Amino acid sequence: MTLVRESRRSRARRHGLAVALLTAMAVILFALTLSLGQSFTPPVDVLRVLLGEDLPGVTFTIWQLRLPRALLGLLAGLSFGLGGVVFQILLRNPLASPDIIGISWGASAAAVFCIVVLSLSGPLVSVVAVAAGLAVALLVTVLSFRNGVGGTRFILVGIGVAAMLESAIAYVLSTAPSWTLQDAMRWLTGSLNSAQLAQSLPLALVLAGCGGLLLTRGRDLEALRMGDDVAAALGIRVAGTRAIVISAGVGMIATATAATGPIAFVAFLSGPIAARIVGNSGSLLIPSALVGASLVLLGDYIGQFLLPGRYPVGVVTGALGAPYLIYLIIRTNRSGGSL
Amino acid sequence: MTQTLQQSLATNAWESRSSRRRLWLIATLTLLVLLCALSITVGTRQVVWTNLFAALGGRIDNIDQAAVAVRIPRTVLALLAGAALALAGAVMQGVTRNPLADPGILGLNMGASLAVVIGVAWFDVGSAYAYIWIAIFGAAATAVFVFTIGSLGRGGATPLKLALAGAATTVAFSSLVIAVVLPRSDIAGGIRSWQIGGVGGATFDRLEPVLPFLIVGFVITLLSARRLNSLALGDELAAGLGERVVLARATAGFGAVLLAGATTAICGPIGFVGLVVPHLCRMLIGVDHRWLLPFSAIGGACLLLAADVVGRLVVRPSELDVGIVTAFVGAPFFIWIVRRQRGREL
Repeated sequence: MTLVRESRRSRARRHGLAVALLTAMAVILFALTLSLGQSFTPPVDVLRVLLGEDLPGVTFTIWQLRLPRALLGLLAGLSFGLGGVVFQILLRNPLASPDIIGISWGASAAAVFCIVVLSLSGPLVSVVAVAAGLAVALLVTVLSFRNGVGGTRFILVGIGVAAMLESAIAYVLSTAPSWTLQDAMRWLTGSLNSAQLAQSLPLALVLAGCGGLLLTRGRDLEALRMGDDVAAALGIRVAGTRAIVISAGVGMIATATAATGPIAFVAFLSGPIAARIVGNSGSLLIPSALVGASLVLLGDYIGQFLLPGRYPVGVVTGALGAPYLIYLIIRTNRSGGSL
Repeated sequence: MTQTLQQSLATNAWESRSSRRRLWLIATLTLLVLLCALSITVGTRQVVWTNLFAALGGRIDNIDQAAVAVRIPRTVLALLAGAALALAGAVMQGVTRNPLADPGILGLNMGASLAVVIGVAWFDVGSAYAYIWIAIFGAAATAVFVFTIGSLGRGGATPLKLALAGAATTVAFSSLVIAVVLPRSDIAGGIRSWQIGGVGGATFDRLEPVLPFLIVGFVITLLSARRLNSLALGDELAAGLGERVVLARATAGFGAVLLAGATTAICGPIGFVGLVVPHLCRMLIGVDHRWLLPFSAIGGACLLLAADVVGRLVVRPSELDVGIVTAFVGAPFFIWIVRRQRGREL
């Protein structure tokens, strides 16, 4: 009895430690984005400006340039990380992340269509993006359904749908009167370059709503990880939980995509990285969200200041994620697991 | 009595099949000629017939004739690239006995693209021949890589495992292409043309260096038809028939890599042509590679020409790269084939 209690306590301790560390990392990166840029602003000055003081020069830098970027990066990262890991848990496959099976592409295509063709803006774009993301999720499920949703078939169908949506984005962009590289980068790999403070509010609301919903379902998700049959035996309504979780996940991913574009591989990478850090000690939801935020903030910082030339964040995360994706395929194939 | 009857029935069946093939051959060739004519006449600019014929005769006296003169090499390129990609796809489907094989899906085209981009950006490669060699090297390396990954683990290279390995490699390479090209605004055509293939901007000068590679590729792949027929029976049976299986695979595969790499070197990565065309051709004329391979080449040329004409028409006065159009046609086809796969393999 004491042994069980002891091991449970030590697992809880490890989980708490991991979450604390990841939170610290995200906060540090957020602060770094605020105070480091083309010029260094002491953290004290940053705080004073944020509290409402007016320091010449600094006020503009913080409120107009760095805060929108940092805030949007933080929120989008949290959304991508949480939304991605939810899909990976639900489908029990790391490749089933929304950026590989086409859901992010659906949201991105809808957003770019609204902005370029219908010249809409604001929350309406997010609403359409969410609807498109849900539609793509449904489409992929229906198309891959055949005596149940097979894992590999689901992913391959998703890849096919993603290829088509990517072409659709390229098509819409080519009809745009002024086709700029900046726009293309945003909608094809994700970028924080056009971040505005107003974009963060709807994202924060959606993140709070959907994220809260997902966290309350954390226990059910843990059970679903062990398989549908086990979960059903444990008294969980599998279909209902799945529908709620997918809707919430798509909601977050699509809203974030409407703001920043589909930042490459963040949704795909966060879950596995968090799993490495947390180990077997508990829920992956919060750690993945924090890993996502750290990835986006770090990628953006690297892309802006540490490389020769300026890259949008999606290019950096894409270059980091690509080798990992290949490694993952090699490992899964070698272990003989059915993907 | 019965024996002669059977014989005559068999001869009849054979004759009807070969006459049907001949019919289809005439039909596709007619279509090809029609599409070539369309590709030269249709475009952003409306051109009257007199100018058209003048331009075909080599005269460039006014803007209309100049516009047509630009369309001619473009048509030739679409024709060659479509034939090469479809042939490469048909051969790869035969070599791997995998219905999902296609130089685009298995990552060869993106691998070639990445290799060229790295060569240009980091090693200052300038000459057209170097471009092509690098592209072929990239395609070959990717083919070996994807095939190795896809055949790891239990069951060897099942169609779905191979397709998944290829698709993941394509996604990964495409993001690396962006990372390499983005800081270099001077690279020809920029990011877009190395991510999505097109045939716009073709000239005979740019076409010329790639021709020898394409010709060698065409010859190797077309000559491997008989070997691919033996391979289709399974490795053991093919070996029993006296086929050197590994050698047959290697030569046919090399031909396919040559075609895919050389095409990507001038057009950029164009996907799904090699998937769609051989499947359609198989439905029309059956599985005999001696017919399938030349038929796929003609069909591929038709598909790419049609895609290019459509791409020129839908977003006037701008243009759509053929790679976008083929993805719209090919991706649903890909999904359809994935759905048809047996559940056991999933």
